[in-house]
Parts: sequence; C-alpha cells; structure tokens
Amino acid sequence: MDLFISILSGVCMALGGILLISGAVGVLRFSDFYNRLHAAGVTDTLAASLILFGLMLLSEHSGILLKLILILLFVLLTSPTASHALAKAAWKAGLKPDTSNDKPGQ
Amino acid sequence: MLTVITVTLLLVMVLALIRAFKGPSVFDRVLAANVFGTKTVLLIAVMGFLFGRPEFLDIAMIYALINFISVIGILRYFEFTHGGKAEDET
Amino acid sequence: MAKQIFARHTVSVIFTLAVIWGANSWNWDPLLIAFGVLSVLLVAWICHRMDVIDHESQPFHLTLRLPAYYAWLIKQIVLSNIDVVKRVWRSDSSSSAVLARLPVEQSTDVGRVIYANSVNLTPGTLVVELSNTQMLVHALTQESITELQQGEMSRKVTELEG
Repeated sequence: MDLFISILSGVCMALGGILLISGAVGVLRFSDFYNRLHAAGVTDTLAASLILFGLMLLSEHSGILLKLILILLFVLLTSPTASHALAKAAWKAGLKPDTSNDKPGQ
Repeated sequence: MLTVITVTLLLVMVLALIRAFKGPSVFDRVLAANVFGTKTVLLIAVMGFLFGRPEFLDIAMIYALINFISVIGILRYFEFTHGGKAEDET
Repeated sequence: MAKQIFARHTVSVIFTLAVIWGANSWNWDPLLIAFGVLSVLLVAWICHRMDVIDHESQPFHLTLRLPAYYAWLIKQIVLSNIDVVKRVWRSDSSSSAVLARLPVEQSTDVGRVIYANSVNLTPGTLVVELSNTQMLVHALTQESITELQQGEMSRKVTELEG
C-alpha cells in the first residue's frame, strides 16, 4: 500500500513537472502577450495542483495535509484573479492582442 | 522524485527570468514575475519535504499571499500610470 | 429575519477563521488556543465593523451544490490543459487567437465571479473585461470560443446560483 501511494505521488509530480516545463516553454515561445498568459495559466492551475497533490500523498501528518490544502486553495483562488488583472491592465494600457481573424464586435 | 521536481522548478524559474529580461512590454515582465512567484511557492513546499522540514509550508503559504498582493499592487500602479485615466472599480 | 441571516453569516465567518487558525497552528496548548480565540474574535469584529459580513463574502448557500460543479470544472481544466500543452509543443507558432464578446446571464455578483473565474481557470480562455451584462474573452482557438458560446458552463453556473 505504501509503495502504491508513493508511486501514485511520483506519477502526479512527474506529470506536474512535464506541465511546468510546457508552461514555461510556452511563456517563452508564444509571440503574443495574451497567448503567453494562457501558457502561464497551464502551470498555475493544473501543474500546481498536481505537485501539491503529490506532496499531500507523501505527508504523514494531518496538520501538514491541511496546510497543503490551504496552499492549494490560495493558489486556485488567486491565480485566475491575477491573470485577469494582468489581461485587464494590459488591455486598458492599449496592448492589442494579435488576432489574425479579429471580430470583437461579435 | 522530489529532487527531480526541485531541479525542474529551478529550470522553469530560469525560463521565467529569461522572459522577464526579454520583455518586451512591462506586462510581460509582471507576468514573468507572477510565474516566478508561483513557482517559488511550489519550490519552498517541495524543498520542505525534501529536507524533512514541513515548517517550510508556512513560509510557502505566506509567500503565496504576498505574491498575489504584490502582483495586484504593481498592476494597479501601471494601470493608472499607463492608462492615464482613473476608472471605476470593478 | 435579517438579524437571523446576519447571525448565520457571523457564525460562518468565525467557523472559517477558527478552522484556518487550527489548521495552521496544529498546537493544542491552552495558551495558544486562547490566543486563537482572541484573534478569531478580533478579526470577526473588524469584519463586522467593515460591514463585509454578508451572503457575498460567505456564500455558504452554494456549499452543497459546489462539489458537483467543481468535479465538472476539473474535467474541463484537464481537457483544455492538454489542448494548450499540445499547442505549446507544436512546431508552427502561428497565432490563431480570437477576441469575442460573450453575454453574461448570471443575475448575482457571486454567479458572475464564479463564471468569470471558471473561464480564467480553464487555460486557453481568458476574461479581459467583465461588466454586468457581457464579457470580453480572449481565446487561444476559435473552438474554445465556440464551446463557451454553446453555453454549457454558463448554464451550470446559473443552476449553481439557483
């Protein structure tokens, strides 16, 4: 059982690591600011959840588990707000997204 | 596995720093700082487990809150200086 | 009636604060418990003075319906994550991003916030501007806009706010 749990936590963290790398490469590669925001969103939601979940499986003390859950809740509540604030500030500053087929009137 | 994740997180933070130096707009830099901050939270949490010091989780939690507040604060500043005009709160 | 609702929300604030204190302290020393009780009461009093204790800051009427919604949302998040990751590693980095205005049908502020936050949480879609009746969404692909326009997420949030 212990072996199973540590394998599961390892798989979670490995998936999280792959997502982390993908998100960072996306932040570097995408040409447009708004697209980079999407790539950053990948790492903020699923990768953070997977890594924290992997840590939760490793914790043997319920106090640690509760703290990890609190951190996960903070991250999940704050990251969409932060990316919305970024998008809104950039939009208000007049940074136009690069849309090949632009139809904002729709 | 914890070591691998720690190294991955450090690599990702380096990539975020490259984006922060490249810019080009100020919002790219704030975005990179935000990504860097979220990764720092994860790094502190993972390192707490790696070194068997779960007290690190408290620091990670505080860092998560400070990171969010600082990003919002910086954005308020640039929103008003770049946009030029004060808008209503939404 | 109003007083009763107020009392329920105050109890909910105190309960939440106590849980957070307990989770972070995890130390059942009488002295520390006394400090915890004092801090919780102080913060509850400050919240009361700031007049922020209402159904908006304490949306516990949603608690029972939230888990089903979150289960659905997690599935959506995983699916759109896979999509964005695929686009990251694809060799052509051509941008097919789309901007679109979508209607917001939720009647309460809490509902609108949940809807916009859900759109933000799923990678590939991002709310740029939000007003009472509509929002400006930036999406990585046309498909995700079409999916939002079909309105499954919006309908689920409307059901949630009841």
